[in-house]
Amino acid sequence: MCLAIPGKVEEIITEGDLRLGLVNFGGIRKKVCLDYVPEVEVGDYTIVHVGFALSKIDEETALQTLEDFRAMGMLDEELASEDEAFARAATAPQSACPDGSCSVEVQKAVN
Amino acid sequence: MKYLTEFRNGEIAQRMAREIHAITTRPWKIMEVCGGQTHSIIKNGIDQMLPAGIEMIHGPGCPVCVTPLELIDKALAIAAQPGVIFCSFGDMLRVPGSEGDLFQVKGAGGDVRVVYSPLDAVEFAQRNPHKEVVFFGVGFETTAPANAMSVHVAKRRGLKNFSLLVSHVLVPPAISAILESPGNLVQAFLLAGHVCSVMGYWEYPPLAEKYKVPLVVTGFEPLDLLDGIRRAVIQLESGRHEVENAYERIVKFEGNQAAQKLLAEVFEVTDRAWRGIGVIPKSGWRLSEAYCTFDSEERFHITGIHTQESPLCRSGDVLRGAIKPAECAAFGKECTPRHPLGATMVSSEGACAAYYNYGRFLSAEELAGAGAGMTRVANV
Repeated sequence: MCLAIPGKVEEIITEGDLRLGLVNFGGIRKKVCLDYVPEVEVGDYTIVHVGFALSKIDEETALQTLEDFRAMGMLDEELASEDEAFARAATAPQSACPDGSCSVEVQKAVN
Repeated sequence: MKYLTEFRNGEIAQRMAREIHAITTRPWKIMEVCGGQTHSIIKNGIDQMLPAGIEMIHGPGCPVCVTPLELIDKALAIAAQPGVIFCSFGDMLRVPGSEGDLFQVKGAGGDVRVVYSPLDAVEFAQRNPHKEVVFFGVGFETTAPANAMSVHVAKRRGLKNFSLLVSHVLVPPAISAILESPGNLVQAFLLAGHVCSVMGYWEYPPLAEKYKVPLVVTGFEPLDLLDGIRRAVIQLESGRHEVENAYERIVKFEGNQAAQKLLAEVFEVTDRAWRGIGVIPKSGWRLSEAYCTFDSEERFHITGIHTQESPLCRSGDVLRGAIKPAECAAFGKECTPRHPLGATMVSSEGACAAYYNYGRFLSAEELAGAGAGMTRVANV
């Protein structure tokens, strides 16, 4: 849920009142808001969460992180299209923990 | 399950794990408060590389599972209304309310849409002036800048048909609540790297000082997690309690100040109920006065929602530590991950679901005979 994915800013455009970047995440391109990272330019790498760039990072870090996230299967959900999201939901069981990762194991902490 | 040794830098990871073994002289309990980190720890078997005495406790790190049932029910009620376009991230589609989920609301004719960015919902509002567009803003501090910007842009563009259903929770008050709970056993925390990429870690030194706990800003990749754990153990072994940054390549002390500035404008701190935990004072955000007209709860006035956890469910006892999951009569019978009766089974890594999924209610012999699917060692 709170994962930010590294990507490369390939193009910067202005749409109305927003500064947007076309960001490539290992092959998948998304339109991303750059308003929180005014220092980011074309060619830079940045970590992106739900369509917002949060921080500039170096290329080596970006590529390694991308590789690790892909290996752990953590990319698909973050970058899924609407159709993919509904297709996934159609076969998924109900669960309040969408990525199957989290926990409310507070009892361990307090017992 | 993919184990760490299969990863790039598997050797370095083994070396770090050996170092943790070498420096550990006593048992320690370390909590991570981030679903992404929990995912990585379990997926990579990191908890199983650690010395037996070091226990990773998976904290309330998912904003979705701590979202109260009442708010999910409100979302479903709003999404079912005619004239509403209800936008959400894809991971909310199968989150169960008292009756059904967003996916089922869509199946019944509701206009439910999955967006990549909250700004997509703002675009829908602009293109559909006769519809009410609602965005379900669930998240920790990492997601908040995106949701804050959506409301900010909607206001700037004069959109009257966009609103935000806010369910924002904050990490520092959750850490305080855990440390203040009676009988708390957590001795150190890994701080969530991406939360800190937004907020920095300037909020945390007073917590480390007040509760005398090491707090280590940690990333998500196997080596990051091992490094975070290693640094926490070094502090614990030497009796130190400091805030340390083990994710320097992403996280700066001050965080993203442009984001924090807008967050302070759009949101204000409020008490929030955490499912399975209860109300934690000042543990969430709501829209500030300047933006309160964009609050979906104000706009739709959904009333008559009465949520009730199942009378069979003993998740309260489980959460208090009074019983183990398997001691509940409904466990594995009326209550399974596919048909959960309460919070601890609803979350797939919640105590009951974890016991169920990982066969932790079975003996080692039963587990050995259980075959595929029971991939974890019995731990009872």
